[in-house]
Amino acid sequence: MLEIFGTEINLGPIWLTLEVAAITTLVLLVVGTPLAWWMAQMRSSNKVFLEALVALPLVLPPTVLGFYLLIIFNPTGPVTEFLRFFGFEGQLTFSKTGLVIGSVIYSLPFAVQPLMHAFEAIPQRLLDAAATLRAGVLDRFFSVVLPLSQRGFLVAATLTFAHTVGEFGVVLMVGGNIPGETRMVSIDIFDHVESLEYDQAHILSAMMLVFALVVLMLVYGLNRRFGVKVG
Amino acid sequence: MQNKPMMHGYLKLKLGEFELDSGDFSLDLDGVTVLFGRSGSGKSTLLRAMSGLDKRTQGILVVNGKIWQEGSRRMAPQARNIGFVFQDAALFPHMTVRQNLNYGMKRLPKGVAELSDAEFNEIVSRVGIADKLDRAVTYLSGGERQRVAIARALLSRPDILCMDEPLSALDWRSKSELLALIEDVVAAYKIPLLYITHSPAEVERLADRVVFMHDGKIETVETLQEALARPDSPLFAEEGVVSVLEGLSMPMEAGLHPVVMGEDRLWLSDLSELTQKAVRVRVLARDVSIALSDPKDLSIINHFKTTICELIPKGEHRTLVRLLMADGQKLFAEVTNHSAERLHLRVGKTVFALIKSVAVTE
Repeated sequence: MLEIFGTEINLGPIWLTLEVAAITTLVLLVVGTPLAWWMAQMRSSNKVFLEALVALPLVLPPTVLGFYLLIIFNPTGPVTEFLRFFGFEGQLTFSKTGLVIGSVIYSLPFAVQPLMHAFEAIPQRLLDAAATLRAGVLDRFFSVVLPLSQRGFLVAATLTFAHTVGEFGVVLMVGGNIPGETRMVSIDIFDHVESLEYDQAHILSAMMLVFALVVLMLVYGLNRRFGVKVG
Repeated sequence: MQNKPMMHGYLKLKLGEFELDSGDFSLDLDGVTVLFGRSGSGKSTLLRAMSGLDKRTQGILVVNGKIWQEGSRRMAPQARNIGFVFQDAALFPHMTVRQNLNYGMKRLPKGVAELSDAEFNEIVSRVGIADKLDRAVTYLSGGERQRVAIARALLSRPDILCMDEPLSALDWRSKSELLALIEDVVAAYKIPLLYITHSPAEVERLADRVVFMHDGKIETVETLQEALARPDSPLFAEEGVVSVLEGLSMPMEAGLHPVVMGEDRLWLSDLSELTQKAVRVRVLARDVSIALSDPKDLSIINHFKTTICELIPKGEHRTLVRLLMADGQKLFAEVTNHSAERLHLRVGKTVFALIKSVAVTE
């Protein structure tokens, strides 16, 4: 509990939000990098389909995505059963694990797209040159691709984190609104407004606003520092 | 190396509309092998397929007895011991010149000794980048970039060096400097070079043999002498028929450089930058006139006593005359049919060739 201007603010949702966003970012960098690399290297027409699939969370109403996830995560459904087989306990719906998985899918384009564009901007001949200098595939990735796509990684990480912080529909559908368990900031604000607690809603909203502004300035600042125009 | 380096195979590679279908080929690799053809003839695609840089390559490739490609199975380029110099150098932009050079040196295969500091310094100064090692590559000129790329390839100790139009992005001065450097490097390190160009002048200057490419196919593989001996050679498509004479350059006399060819001497005025003794001189057939006696009162200084060995009708009322010089080299002269009739040019007749202008191949 924190008191601001005489209003009690429950910090639980804030910490939960930051935690989920941090884990999501980490997971997406690990999963998104090979995916983005694979897509950047793709020449076939499958790429169009894959690009569309990755971009889907951008256009789909979050509630639709959340609805499908809710169905798939059904405690007696195949996905949960499959995870149980590997010793998973508990359930995916209305839990932190479910929140993270939902966020990973929801924020996928924000990680994959900047990475893919960064990878695509690396001229093929640099990789060819590295290969003729006896660098293997992984060696080429770490010695040439990674250093030349730093900016892509920074943008991907920042955007993924910020976007996860700001999500609402998916978390509400998948996580529900369990205090201390799955109640994230955006839902908390909604809750306060519903209960006509405008002071709390004001303070939390202002915090989100400042946070978003700072993050965006960070992204644009990084772009500028690395000498690359945005867009 | 005991055996002559050589390569044979059959490579196919389909890229959208374009299809490389080399046909069976067999190449000696010692010295300089030039892949020549118009743009779009498949030179670069063939060289990429030979180096293993394209996964979609199909066919067979055997180099020095080792299988590099069999069907769609391809030995990875990093295992082939090749050095590659790309059209635009392809230096790593996030590294200094020295880091670029070290990239290949750090990745030498086990059992291959790293070059000593003395050898490193020798290569770096031969290539002319000794004072630029700590520069960022983004601040280098085009010529300097190519020098770094050549040094980087050499330092990785390749068995074969490949160059894909390394001069195409350079101005004429850097071009001629770099050509001299490439010649020097090939001579000094005895490394087989596969070189792509569409410039006949570069072929005439560098090549030991020429691979003629057309429409994704290898048409013929000829020695430079063979390629220059046939009047319909693709090398002559742009500028007309050319002869390349070889000789030894001598110290300057009276403002001119003599180039000795057996008994004969060819006088050149533009040899100033030449360092090596053996030179190739390029003569356009249409710059060679024929006289029945040796004219004394003429501004043209290069006169040679020759024997006509062949008369080739060229169409458009012109005749190509193949002349045998005293030292056995052949020289083409292009005359009108009218002149050929008037002078009674016949095979076996002794005539004087007057060369209006010559150029050391640049």
